[in-house]
Amino acid sequence: MSTTHTADAHGNGHGHGSDDHGHDHIHAQPTNFLRRYVFSEDHKVIGIQFLFSSLIFFVLGGLMAMAIRWQLAWPWSPMPILSQTLWANQGYRMPPEFYNKLFTMHGTVMIFFVIVPILSGAFGNYLIPLMIGARDMAFPKLNMFSYWAMPFSFVAILNSFVVEGGSAEAGWTSYPPLSSFLQSTVGSLSGQTWWLVGLLFAGISSLMGSINYITTIIMLRSPGMRMFRMPMTVWALFITALLQAFALPVLTSALVMQLLDRTIGTNFFSPANWVVGNGPEKVGGGQTILWQHLFWFYSHPAVYIMILPAMGMVSDIISTFSRKPLFGYKPMVFATAAIAGLGFIVWGHHMFQSGMNPALGATFMLSTMMIALPSAIKVFNWLGTMWGGRVQFTTAMLNAIAFVAMFIIGGLSGIFMAATPVDMHIHDTYFIVAHIHYVLFGGSTFGVFAAIYYWYPKMFGRLMDERLGKIHFLLSFIFFNGTFFLMHIVGMHGHPRRIADPLIYGYLNNAGITGMNKFMTYSAFALGLSQIIFAWNFFYSLVGGEKAGPNPWKANSLEWTTTSPPPYYNFETLPTVYHPAYEFSVPGAAADFLPQTEPMPADAPPLDPVMA
Amino acid sequence: MRYWPLLFAAAAVFAVGSFVYSPFDPDWWLPAGPEGGLTSVSSIGRRIDSLYILILVITGVVFIGTQIALVWATWRFADAPGRVAQYFHGSQRLEVIWTIVPAAILVFIALYQMGTWADIKFRSSAPKIQPLAEITGRQFQWVMRYPGPDGVLNTGDDLQLVNDLHFVKGKQSLIYLKASDVIHSFFLPALRIKQDAVPGLTIPVWFDADTQGKYELVCAELCGWGHYKMRGNVTVHGSQSDFDEWMGRALNEQNRDTVAAVGPQGR
Repeated sequence: MSTTHTADAHGNGHGHGSDDHGHDHIHAQPTNFLRRYVFSEDHKVIGIQFLFSSLIFFVLGGLMAMAIRWQLAWPWSPMPILSQTLWANQGYRMPPEFYNKLFTMHGTVMIFFVIVPILSGAFGNYLIPLMIGARDMAFPKLNMFSYWAMPFSFVAILNSFVVEGGSAEAGWTSYPPLSSFLQSTVGSLSGQTWWLVGLLFAGISSLMGSINYITTIIMLRSPGMRMFRMPMTVWALFITALLQAFALPVLTSALVMQLLDRTIGTNFFSPANWVVGNGPEKVGGGQTILWQHLFWFYSHPAVYIMILPAMGMVSDIISTFSRKPLFGYKPMVFATAAIAGLGFIVWGHHMFQSGMNPALGATFMLSTMMIALPSAIKVFNWLGTMWGGRVQFTTAMLNAIAFVAMFIIGGLSGIFMAATPVDMHIHDTYFIVAHIHYVLFGGSTFGVFAAIYYWYPKMFGRLMDERLGKIHFLLSFIFFNGTFFLMHIVGMHGHPRRIADPLIYGYLNNAGITGMNKFMTYSAFALGLSQIIFAWNFFYSLVGGEKAGPNPWKANSLEWTTTSPPPYYNFETLPTVYHPAYEFSVPGAAADFLPQTEPMPADAPPLDPVMA
Repeated sequence: MRYWPLLFAAAAVFAVGSFVYSPFDPDWWLPAGPEGGLTSVSSIGRRIDSLYILILVITGVVFIGTQIALVWATWRFADAPGRVAQYFHGSQRLEVIWTIVPAAILVFIALYQMGTWADIKFRSSAPKIQPLAEITGRQFQWVMRYPGPDGVLNTGDDLQLVNDLHFVKGKQSLIYLKASDVIHSFFLPALRIKQDAVPGLTIPVWFDADTQGKYELVCAELCGWGHYKMRGNVTVHGSQSDFDEWMGRALNEQNRDTVAAVGPQGR
């Protein structure tokens, strides 16, 4: 079969061909175990590698969260397991600097080693070539390196726990000078340096991934797969990759600057004539707030890197299980692009109380208000998709609906922070913690669960158990709300984040706040324990799950037209695409779904070019 | 099968319920003065509170509306034998409506609160008065420097205190905020005042309180292992004479300490 699309002109970009034009030729799978499963160039294996390592870090980050909650509910009381092994000489009590390490590493691990790699690394790698009808990524070797940059990062981050002084403890935002001088804090020895190195490698991995995604999506779409026929998942991953590619270099330079400040004594982030510790030495010439500008210039877009792919996947899942076309497909694409574009001009809303010129605050406030708009459009479109459909409550769909319901809460609480005067009170309180968890757990994590339940049969050829899946969902949903909702309330009451002992403050030491802190802790433990059901279901189904078949959900996009799991080369012949992936319940079609490889029935109503 | 929407409805009821209950319990609602009550004790704080309540009402209405739509859509259109999904790709008219309406609301909120923001933070809005004190955050305490009898900061007769902020009820107070080691954040919950103290910068902060009593000063920016206990006492005096009396006593105490430290030869 001949290729009829853009890849023709760029055949040598594909990497593993010799004299051919690459991806339309089927290559034999390597037989060597190492090349097949470890140093694999197959995007599917790499995706699964990212999936497994992210899930391992998810456990680690979750355990740290439970330890944080323990301290907040019962400050300084001996904690089960950890305190018996670590602090026997300190009366079995968690020292305050360890508490700081816990929330620093919880944030770091969950953001840089769980949510970003699972959404972008795992699902990006696994799904993009399958959904656009390609044999592999544009640069398979680069793809392999993008995964194998991560272990350096894992080692650096894990190593930071065991070096002298322990891990970083300056918060996941790592504001200098706390993070940039050895004297600033107990754990600011090499732990912080390892933290910086770990993030640098994670960034390198992401950057290689995003180059691959952008190129693959532009160059390797199968015949007929126009940009506006791509599923939302691919659109979201594409726009996310663009965000990564443009924002990451800024974080990388900030990390390098901090590394230089720490190691060779530059002063990018310390002011002029500044005395370190009580020492005689005067240093400086830099600006403390500079780090915040650089950090948030990446990390604000990064919150969209952590939610956009989930939004894309949820759009596909909701359409499939509503058996209905996605409501307003093109507006959804434009809303995604708008979020990404606006995402670059709102970083200052993290800095309203930072000492930045308040006039600038007013500008950032306006742009931040505007970014709520495309998010609102998306929510209404998801509701519009379910409206008039035939909603099937599969586990994947329940998680997707939870994503929408919880993202509404996370989105609306963002308006409080965008309003600068209100932000003055709630900034750095638990209100912010509530907001970020409604976006990242209520949103992204339910999105990830939805995606795992949905694509698991494609990845492993077997279905996960639906009954266990629903129990897992039910418990997760209940205890997620129990853990995080009241954080809005305690935050509104002025409970600061990152304090090891709220009981020191009179206004927090009352029945209401203490009771809520305990309630949230019980819920957090229950939420953690509920994940055991998920782990069991995930691993048991690998061997004992029901066989899935190529298209268990009767969905339209291209990955469901090949076997489960797909062969090494993805497709026997490259599929030809006739329409977008959302043609469900088309009048005149034989079934309520119409794979993208099948032409529209002759008597189907014409597609509205504006909406579809 | 069909009852799953009730779970989403229950979460929404829990969310709305906890915010509806909050104002009835001073432990749940915005922090207030020593007598309890439900609003801030500062004039700026009250403006922030009313903005907060306005946004709470707007977002509350949107939240209830969208959750009802979500629960209804999943309940009414749940899969059932014989149900056929409709086939439509969207509606341009609806898209336009639900773009313009939220945009109008957001622009309204943005413009409506701009004045309050300018009054709180713009340096041009700072009261033209002598500063009450210069406050420096350091690990892990607030060092306060009040001008002494000469009324000028950084002269020999300054009063220096740690973690002890005093000012007069019903009067604007202006402080200069600094940091000597890492970033700290000056947070007066009952007054809704928050401002980071940044190494290398001197930032003016102004506030008032209309209720006499004891309050708390919190550090809201992570500043190291002792961050959690970087707590200050705030005393709002009923009148200027109360304040002056306190200031006199504190100066006396400081001078006595100095004399004692210098020893008898110093006299």
